[in-house]
Amino acid sequence: MNKGKVIVIGGGLAGLMATMKIAEKQVPVDIISLVPVKRSHSVCAQGGINAALDTKGDNDTIYDHFDDTVYGGDFLANQTPVKGMVEAAPGLIYAMDRMGVMFSRTAEGLLDLRLFGGVKNRRTAFAGATTGQQLLYACDEQVRRLEVAGYVNKYEGWEMIDLIIDDNGVCRGCVAQNLATMEIKSFIGDAVIIATGGAGMIFGKSTNSVINTGSAASIVYQNGVPFSNAEFIQIHPTGMLGTDKTRLMSESARGDGGRIWTYKDGKPWYFLEEKYPAYGNLVPRDIAARAIYDVCVIQGLGIDGKNQVYLDLSHLPADYLNKRLGGIMEIYENFYGDDPRKVPMKIFPAVHYFMGGIHVDWNHMTNIPGLFAAGECDYMYHGANRLGANSLLSALYSGTVAGPAALKYIKGLGKLAEETSKSLGDAVVKKQLEIHNKLTKMSGKENPYKLHEEMGELMTKNVAIVRYNKALAETDVKLQEFQERWNKINIVDSNAYSNQTVMFARQLKNMMELARVITLGALNRNESRGSHYKPDFPKRDDEKFLKTTMAQWTPNGPKFSWEEVDISHIKPRERNYSVDKKVDKEASK
Amino acid sequence: MVNPQFIHLKVKRRSNPTAAPYWEEFKVPYQPNMNVVSVLMEIRKNPINAKGEKVDPVVWECNCLEEVCGACTMLINGVPRQSCSALTDKLLEQYGENNVITLEPLTKFPVIRDLMIDRQLMFDNLKKVKAWVPVDGSWAIGRGPRLADKVHQWAYPISRCMTCGCCMEACPNVNSKSKFIGPAAVAQVRLFNAHPIGAMHKDMRLEQLVKKGGIQECGNAQNCKRVCPKNINLTAHLAAMNRQTNGYGFRQFLMGDK
Repeated sequence: MNKGKVIVIGGGLAGLMATMKIAEKQVPVDIISLVPVKRSHSVCAQGGINAALDTKGDNDTIYDHFDDTVYGGDFLANQTPVKGMVEAAPGLIYAMDRMGVMFSRTAEGLLDLRLFGGVKNRRTAFAGATTGQQLLYACDEQVRRLEVAGYVNKYEGWEMIDLIIDDNGVCRGCVAQNLATMEIKSFIGDAVIIATGGAGMIFGKSTNSVINTGSAASIVYQNGVPFSNAEFIQIHPTGMLGTDKTRLMSESARGDGGRIWTYKDGKPWYFLEEKYPAYGNLVPRDIAARAIYDVCVIQGLGIDGKNQVYLDLSHLPADYLNKRLGGIMEIYENFYGDDPRKVPMKIFPAVHYFMGGIHVDWNHMTNIPGLFAAGECDYMYHGANRLGANSLLSALYSGTVAGPAALKYIKGLGKLAEETSKSLGDAVVKKQLEIHNKLTKMSGKENPYKLHEEMGELMTKNVAIVRYNKALAETDVKLQEFQERWNKINIVDSNAYSNQTVMFARQLKNMMELARVITLGALNRNESRGSHYKPDFPKRDDEKFLKTTMAQWTPNGPKFSWEEVDISHIKPRERNYSVDKKVDKEASK
Repeated sequence: MVNPQFIHLKVKRRSNPTAAPYWEEFKVPYQPNMNVVSVLMEIRKNPINAKGEKVDPVVWECNCLEEVCGACTMLINGVPRQSCSALTDKLLEQYGENNVITLEPLTKFPVIRDLMIDRQLMFDNLKKVKAWVPVDGSWAIGRGPRLADKVHQWAYPISRCMTCGCCMEACPNVNSKSKFIGPAAVAQVRLFNAHPIGAMHKDMRLEQLVKKGGIQECGNAQNCKRVCPKNINLTAHLAAMNRQTNGYGFRQFLMGDK
């Protein structure tokens, strides 16, 4: 019996977990991935994954995890899905453990837990400082096993460039292009799961990998799916500026005892500890990032007069650091030459994570039947700010929701796509071939890589850590100019084989669409909430803005509407990390 | 401190898998704190070779730029390594300020274009040795097995293998005439055989290691360990697997299977 087929776009944690859930039920999956799935961006996650395992004598509970996540996200996350995630977390981590993830251990061989930002209890399971890599590899191995068993076909080195949507508005697959041969091919399927991660490349330099352009999510948006809460971009407080990217220095460095400081009046000033005595160096990321920005840019107290402060581990024993943080010690040493065991590291905030994304229902289906989204590219679990070590959790968890939801959806289908949609796919292939042929002939004067650099600089300057309406409005005008200039790009590569410039030009166009959604979303939101900070509107305004932003694509730019947030479990209260968080369990029942 | 005017590159290029290779030189204005990836990024912004001719930009693979994904591996001055962590200042310090940095694709894998290669072979080898823990399923059925911290300490480094191909490139026994699966896949067998659930199925992996292309093809040149970017003690793992396969052979003999 034909059971149908699911197409998963993206082979990071969310995509592989969804694949596992589907292939385990003997339904075939095609995975389309830009890179061999083992090289997906999930490898970059360092510090750990949260679950209230309560194995460290801290009396941690699932409710604490729930409340920390909702409070940390400044009450913008829909609470029921978050509740589902934190409840599933312990079981999920134990399943990953069975799959062989090399989690760090206690003396009795159980999973060790470390402390993370915005949290008072040890709740973060970790594998040294390469947790994302270890989790991704375990998923990669399980999916390889299912591949050998015949349930998974991998298309690595392919990029999704369009969706196949039938006359009834139902998703019947996608069209992808091979990065080597440039072949354009249709993939007919009964459900498509988009799991393509964040879009840090819109900001030029970020902690993201170069494939994180958001191009696939933008295609989904341009096909009529709302893009939600795009204005909420996490700025990680501790990045290291390089000529090619901003590298991440994990929050676990502070979780394991690292301290942030700079000089004031000739003496070390531990400004986070002073300003936020309750949480100290472990305040959530938006708060730490703004404090560092304030010290450097506003007060001019950066180290050596530059935009940088110290992240100091040098007071901790070297063998402790090697064991728990070896992976990041190595990155700093290899890329910056200094030994963080001996001297403090120099860091500055960097664009890191997209809390917002493709709008989905609680089963991760979009408003297009058969089209799902999971992982960083969805908008579901983090509200206005994501807590550290919740991203690996949401990536895996959303895969465990989207996969089975796609299966359930397929079962309810009358006819499978294979029988109905072949000619539909051919038509989309033809359309995309024409676009490709046009692209390859573009011979204007704009270099797409330079244009991208310019856009990244503009976005980083005006739409990142601190936002002013005037600058946001100007940015949107500029972005439209960039869209005009895109029409004059030059595909500097004349080779018809493995032409990366053509693929990048496509991505750049899609990035520009999302850049406008981010910028206008920020312009519209006249309040400060989580990562979104406007000095002219310094307070959270629940009355007007306790709402999910929904951007709908139109040829003339995004059209905005707002949706109510599910606050059915925890009543919104003021978010203040200078004092201990009060959990009012009674009031929230 | 080096401070040349240009970073001088010599790149071994090829326009497609069947085209003939050729060398092309580039001079990129020097900036401090560059790496090979950022030099290549400069070339695509301004694809002009050292002779001043407009050329197609150099094609290469990269992704994380933090030396954890393994994508950007190439031969840099003849040494297999990641181009993201190849800092130009360090290269010029090591080889001299006037050094022409040579970039070539790895030679043990098919070239796609320029410096971009196809390492599918390595993923296929992971299939061959069944490099996974055969769990019953991904469902939540409670806590996993305990693992001694001592085991974690030597096994965790193996699990950091990025399948980058440096060890395959450096190994003289990985070549067109041999079927040797290479050091990376052999080390993965040790990793999965150490896991309490994986150990229940260790014979299915050892069976693969005694087949053609298995561990007996290791010639103990020890190059793998020297080039591994993650400092995985590959020679020790190869030796350990040699012992495990010997034990496996002996058990098979006693059971009369062979």
